[in-house]
Amino acid sequence: MSTVTNVQPDHFEFDEISEGEIATILAKYPPERKASGALPLLYVAQNQMKRQTGSAWVPTVAMDAVARKLEVAPIRIYEVATFYFMFNTKPIGKYHLQVCTTTSCWLRGSDDVLSACKKATGIHNIGETSEDGLFTLSEVECLGACSNAPILQVDNDFFEDLDGPRTETLIEALKRGEYPEPGPTNGRHGAEPEGGRRVLLEETGSGQG
Amino acid sequence: MVRVIVDGTPVDVAPGSSALQACEAAGKEIPRFCYHERLSVAGNCRMCLVEVARAPKPVASCGFPVNEGMQIFTDTETVRKARRAVMEFLLINHPLDCPICDQGGECDLQDQAYGYGSGISRYHEEKRAVTDKNLGPLVKTVMTRCIQCTRCVRFSAEVAGTPELGGISRGENLEITTYVEKALTSELSGNLIDICPVGALTSKPSAFQARPWELRKTDAIDVMDAVGTNIQIQARGGEVKRIVPRVNDEVNEEWLSDKGRFSVDGLKRRRLDRPWVRVHGKLHPASWQDAFVAIAKRLEGVQGSRIGAIVGDLCDAESIMALRDLMWSLGSLNLDCRQDGAKYDLSDRSRYTFVSGIVGIDEADAILVVGANPRLDAPVLNARIRKRYLSLGRGGLPIGVIGTLSSDPTWAYEDLGSNPVSVNGLLSGNVEFVEKLKAAKKPMIIVGQEALTREDSGAILKACRALAESVGALTDGWNGLNILHTAASRVAALDLGFVPRNGGRSLRGMLSSGVDVLWLLGADEFSVNAISPETFVIYQGHHGDAGAARADVILPGSAYTEKSGTWVNTEGRIQRSFQAVFPPGEAKEDWKIIRAASEVLGAKLPYDTIEALRERLQLGVSSAAGETAEEPGVDTIQAKPLLASSRSYYLTNPISRSSPTMVECAEVYAPSVAVAAE
Repeated sequence: MSTVTNVQPDHFEFDEISEGEIATILAKYPPERKASGALPLLYVAQNQMKRQTGSAWVPTVAMDAVARKLEVAPIRIYEVATFYFMFNTKPIGKYHLQVCTTTSCWLRGSDDVLSACKKATGIHNIGETSEDGLFTLSEVECLGACSNAPILQVDNDFFEDLDGPRTETLIEALKRGEYPEPGPTNGRHGAEPEGGRRVLLEETGSGQG
Repeated sequence: MVRVIVDGTPVDVAPGSSALQACEAAGKEIPRFCYHERLSVAGNCRMCLVEVARAPKPVASCGFPVNEGMQIFTDTETVRKARRAVMEFLLINHPLDCPICDQGGECDLQDQAYGYGSGISRYHEEKRAVTDKNLGPLVKTVMTRCIQCTRCVRFSAEVAGTPELGGISRGENLEITTYVEKALTSELSGNLIDICPVGALTSKPSAFQARPWELRKTDAIDVMDAVGTNIQIQARGGEVKRIVPRVNDEVNEEWLSDKGRFSVDGLKRRRLDRPWVRVHGKLHPASWQDAFVAIAKRLEGVQGSRIGAIVGDLCDAESIMALRDLMWSLGSLNLDCRQDGAKYDLSDRSRYTFVSGIVGIDEADAILVVGANPRLDAPVLNARIRKRYLSLGRGGLPIGVIGTLSSDPTWAYEDLGSNPVSVNGLLSGNVEFVEKLKAAKKPMIIVGQEALTREDSGAILKACRALAESVGALTDGWNGLNILHTAASRVAALDLGFVPRNGGRSLRGMLSSGVDVLWLLGADEFSVNAISPETFVIYQGHHGDAGAARADVILPGSAYTEKSGTWVNTEGRIQRSFQAVFPPGEAKEDWKIIRAASEVLGAKLPYDTIEALRERLQLGVSSAAGETAEEPGVDTIQAKPLLASSRSYYLTNPISRSSPTMVECAEVYAPSVAVAAE
């Protein structure tokens, strides 16, 4: 089967941290509706895999564990896990590089970001993992931060306002084991205009509208 | 009722009906793929689009509820264009390999493309291809043909109760699969083939065997269990190619068990196609005349009380009656139809049938199962229990089980222990479940063969009756004490009094040198080795199974597809089936064989035609009515657990044991059943 890798572990059990998170999550749903917890529980499973193996993915046995927790048929969890791109059904690298290539990012140079990713990691095609096992490269749709396009999402963090060289710098830093501060990489603050503020320069409360 | 206007014609439909149902009530045909009356509404194929007055765009009629005064248009230019467009989209990724597709000729996609499609395609890009899935020995998949209607997903989750199929990935990559490669574990999986509107799921055993238009179709009754499923036998030439269910809402709705559908290939293997006579310890082929003479010679001077007869599980009522009459006229009362040694209360017919009827399950609001495995004993009936269980919502139908379930029954239940002593516990109020039975308006108790084939069966039955009385299961309008049979011939045989009465010997009595001559009518399900070596055994039947191996004379009979017969199902419903093909070789219809033998034996039966025989056929009443049951057995319930039958669901009779498909199923599913029971 194409979506299932053949390196599935044969055992998965939620650890103590996960069990705590699951208790919090399931408290939000009435007991007969706890199937709704499928998405958050899959995240719990994926995060636990990241903690335990360094690779954030959900093996079939983990989906089975989620199904048991939610008392639904395993296939119902397989359906959810394969539907959403956020869940990796195959092992991935330590860092998941997710390049947004939707319109805003593309217009602002996501092609450069993508090729910089490939160059810095040695990955040839989207979806592959680098030889050193550090990076997996994915192409994703709009991440909803168009004001700071182009964006590269590393695991759960946004690195914004990228260009080719800054992307390479970022990846080199990750390779060295550093983890730069997420957010805009061109020095601007949040989503403020590039080069400083252009409007509303007067002091507030001047009275002249 | 709600009045809606379909194409100008007013129709009244029940509130909550869908626009599609209203259109059908008005006699308008609405094309559809994903919608199926017996499954939940998915609304994803969009083929059933209609126009509704004041709606801004066409609506999917299957999921659109009716309103008072709603105006529906099913034949406007917009609707026609919408259908053409939907059809074009559905065909984008469909391979159009109809010439090599088994569904060809009975394909919804084919028919509707012809009826509602545009006739041309504007799609010149590449089509997608999907890898085929291995769903086990019964269902063949060609997943590229799949149009993702999800009927199979809903069927396996809702009707079969084995949610193993699902749609994984999304959009262009959506695939119907079990995800982890495994065979479907349902005993109803063959119905996926029927509900699949395209050629994605087809029959694996009958792949590339015949085209639907070449098959001659005959109505018949399934004999693989005691449900009496209405089937249609489809044959080409002299060979039964396949068996499909007919719709009968009171019996099987439109489902058929896998054993009933797929054991057809057993009908052409290991057949007895000529008489055989044992000479000097070896069976030799013989003519009918020789065989009858051999029997007549052996019977010479034998007292009637030293002759016995046993009927098997697959016999039609006609041959059972003919054999009974022959035995009577030979002066024998040694008759038995209970190969498994079951004990019944024959004083009234309502005491040995599923008396509430199978439709009674639709009204039951609490169920107690005693010594039965409904999922394996009667898969189609079990689907009915599941339907009721689902319709009452979570916890709405309390089900208690006394006994051992060999697999997940597909409904939630309260385990009341495997020991039948629990029935006494319920009676005395020590087991809490009794409160749920008492609270129910129509409580139902289902007693299965595992409870009836014990020393203490009489006591269990008595306790169940007392329990039924105390919880209100036996009132004027409701009789909820049901017997679930597994043998198709059993109720007919009981109706006809094919049991040892007035001092006759039972099966056990006949085996240990109780008789000198034993006539087996298709009886293979008891230990034939226990027949005393001196006994002269006449085996009349259609398959070379256990009985034939022990026989001194073999009379080749006909299988259920090869004769017109009357069958009585577990609820006592009398049904007629028709002859689809001729029996092989020199084999004959069973009642004719007995009629011919009677003449040679000097005890000529008074009927020459099947019509004359049927005039005397008295079904529907217990001919043992008023008599007390023989062999009282142990009169208190023993503290021995009720054990599930060890035989495989797929191999319960000579036909299924001869079927390579069923043998393969038994191998494939043997371990998975154990897993499901965990």
